[in-house]
Amino acid sequence: MGRPILKQPERDHKIDSHDALQGLREALIAAGETTRKEVRVCCGSSCISSGADSVREAFIDQIKELELEEDIGVKRVGCHGFCEGGPNVVVAPEGIFYQHVTKEDVPEIISETLLEGRVVERLLYKDPATDKRYIYKRDIPFFKKQKRIVLKNCGHVDPADIEDYIKVDGFEAFARALTGMTPEGVIEEIKQSGLRGRGGAGFPTGIKWETAHNTPADKRYIICNGNEGDPGAFMDRSVMESDPYSVIEGMMIAGYAVRASKGIIYVWSGYPLAVHHLSDAIAQATDLGLLGHDIMGTGFDFNIEIIKGAGAFVCGEETAMIASIEGKSGRPRPKPPYPAVQGLWGRPTVVNNVETFATVPRIILNGSDWYSKIGTAQDKGTKIFSLVGKVWNRGLVEVEMGTTLREIIYDIGGGIQGGRPFKAVQTGGPSGGCIPEELLDLPVGYESLAEAGSVMGSGGLLVMDEGTCIVNIARYFLDFAQNESCGQCSPCRIGTKQMFKILDDITKGKGEPGDIEILLELSDALKKGSVCGLGMTSPNPVVSSIRYFRKEYEEHIYEKRCRALACKPLIHYHIKKYRCKACMRCLRACPVGAIIGAKWQVHEIDQSKCIKCGTCMKVCPPRFSAVECITGPIEELGEKGE
Amino acid sequence: MDNHKLNKILLVFEGKKGSLISILQRVQEEFGYLPEEALSSIADFLSLPPSQVFSVATFYKHFFLSRRGDHIISICQGTACHVCGARDLLAVAEKILGIKTGQTTPDYKYSLERVGCLGSCALAPAVLIDDEVYSKMTPDRLKELLTGDLDKIKAQKTPRT
Ligand SMILES: Cc1cc2nc3c(=O)[nH]c(=O)nc-3n(C[C@H](O)[C@H](O)[C@H](O)COP(=O)(O)O)c2cc1C
Ligand code: SF4
Repeated sequence: MGRPILKQPERDHKIDSHDALQGLREALIAAGETTRKEVRVCCGSSCISSGADSVREAFIDQIKELELEEDIGVKRVGCHGFCEGGPNVVVAPEGIFYQHVTKEDVPEIISETLLEGRVVERLLYKDPATDKRYIYKRDIPFFKKQKRIVLKNCGHVDPADIEDYIKVDGFEAFARALTGMTPEGVIEEIKQSGLRGRGGAGFPTGIKWETAHNTPADKRYIICNGNEGDPGAFMDRSVMESDPYSVIEGMMIAGYAVRASKGIIYVWSGYPLAVHHLSDAIAQATDLGLLGHDIMGTGFDFNIEIIKGAGAFVCGEETAMIASIEGKSGRPRPKPPYPAVQGLWGRPTVVNNVETFATVPRIILNGSDWYSKIGTAQDKGTKIFSLVGKVWNRGLVEVEMGTTLREIIYDIGGGIQGGRPFKAVQTGGPSGGCIPEELLDLPVGYESLAEAGSVMGSGGLLVMDEGTCIVNIARYFLDFAQNESCGQCSPCRIGTKQMFKILDDITKGKGEPGDIEILLELSDALKKGSVCGLGMTSPNPVVSSIRYFRKEYEEHIYEKRCRALACKPLIHYHIKKYRCKACMRCLRACPVGAIIGAKWQVHEIDQSKCIKCGTCMKVCPPRFSAVECITGPIEELGEKGE
Repeated sequence: MDNHKLNKILLVFEGKKGSLISILQRVQEEFGYLPEEALSSIADFLSLPPSQVFSVATFYKHFFLSRRGDHIISICQGTACHVCGARDLLAVAEKILGIKTGQTTPDYKYSLERVGCLGSCALAPAVLIDDEVYSKMTPDRLKELLTGDLDKIKAQKTPRT
């Protein structure tokens, strides 16, 4: 992985007071004013996988060669959340947004944009629906409708340079809390803000902190939950990679509030860049005296350690995570006692999600009043969603609570890709459910989504069109659940397996009358008989999809049809005799030689050999359109096809 | 197994509470997997019953008890990748390598694995080869990667200066 080489400046002095922090900030801002232009290259994981490192190196080399270092700075920044168009480059201060930049484009950007002030048209974002091109990041619909509070630094701040963070009010909230507020005052502020945990369950953060604070103990711990095992969600990864300082600042404030002296960040080891940036952020903060012993002379001690998870989804559950940190197998235990009362090594422990911690400094800095005005009456603030699936604009979106799903999918996501009609949106990953078209005006919030049979969860939003099969998606999530179940509760261990088996059979055309009822019965048992959220919520994808799309289940079971043409055992490819021009294209392209025919001889598919890969349909010229894909029992093929 | 290497790792963890998982991670980094003798030595070192060490080593997905290939091909099975054809990629890889998911080729060149979610959802489907993410993967490109000289292809992809 193209890891950036981080600069480790020599620190001659520590930040030993609030004044020292402010002094440093002013000095840094003054020093920064001399550079006029700046190229900001995104260095999140996604952009790196699309080649961002070589783009950044090209900028640095060529600017050096042209002796323009004095005038043009090159900065590595965190993820913009618009990963599909990566590598992304922003030219500041104007905010010109370029996409799909390669190192070959670098000379042109330098000569045209940076030196002449002209935009390079072909690198601009083009709205796929309207073909309109946008110059500035702020005008692009994907960004325009978002409200970025937690993600405010992403795409602006160098995630590997603490000074860059300090410039934008970094650690100001912590310093104010530490030197100007009591721990109880901090807790009260968080309570007043209405912040609820962003890890899924939505528990009020202030109350959790208060419980830990009020439980008598010799030691307390802060744990940041960065396990993010939810398939289809990547907001925590992005925040840890792009703005690690906000996460640790949130933990520091929590540490002060509950009088803990040790923080632990538990990160999935499959996020190497996040681990790297977080370790670096901790090292730099320690260097500056913001972490360590007697911080700012107040007598407050706080250290943060990173623990790499070893790849278990269930370790995202807080009690399992604690067991894992203690070196055991990560199996959840019944609650209560809650971790805030009895957590790591038996001590009161605050476990919060990455996004929750990253929100905390914003609240302390701007006040609970400011925060509680954002969102709706029940749900305060913003939530980051990872918008994926069949929409045009995929990526991370942060919206105010109460924004409707329709606004997210159509205004921000740009609508459905490829012109097929919308079918459903899946929220909350394996513990969530499918929401149909008629509920698209639902405002997002913990309760509203729960009423619709889904959950907010960690914030995955998977958009499905008519080409996605609802039963297949339910099968997918149950497969996930049965794989990830830790196995200690029999309803979860056996139930998820049985549900998966039934769903698998249905998608293979082996469904039987009564299957739907058995699925619902098992769901009920799972909800009642599981220790942790994994077992309790794993039936949600099935129950909600039966609730809204029962007809599709019935078609699979009784008619052996998959209308989305996604369940392979239920579909067949077929060549229409009267349309086939015997051009041999599909015959040559078929990877398994399943096509019979010759020049001048109309082709035919040998169904016994066909693996249903769809290659023939892709290569058949549109003017012939001789290949079709149909669903239903194979006996019907003849009459339907002709 | 090189006992000297193992002892060096263990020394670092002397007296640290709850370090079993970190030790296993370090040992796997060093040896590529967790050799059985190593597990017994770790149990001795921590004064734990071997069954407990074995139980932890088999609970987590990142621990492997047998030797793996030089190249690890992990096909992302996250939700976004799933709807973008990740299952087909797995089938293609199994066919090309002639092994099932979770297995290693007899020449120890490749191991094929499925991984929960790489977090590259906006660039689905994604495949992780060793420690590099390849995004928007197609069966054709995967075939090219797995039948070509992987070291060469990787060197071309990220020119290092
Ligand atoms: C199976 C399971 C997996 C979970 N995974 C995560 C996770 O990856 N990240 C997370 O923050 N919370 C996860 N949670 C929720 C945590 O148990 C806990 O509620 C959360 O970390 C508390 O933080 P919050 O109050 O800031 O949301 C999971 C819960 C369950 C039942
Ligand atoms: S519900 Fe499932 S995952 Fe949770 S503790 Fe029980 S068996 Fe384990």
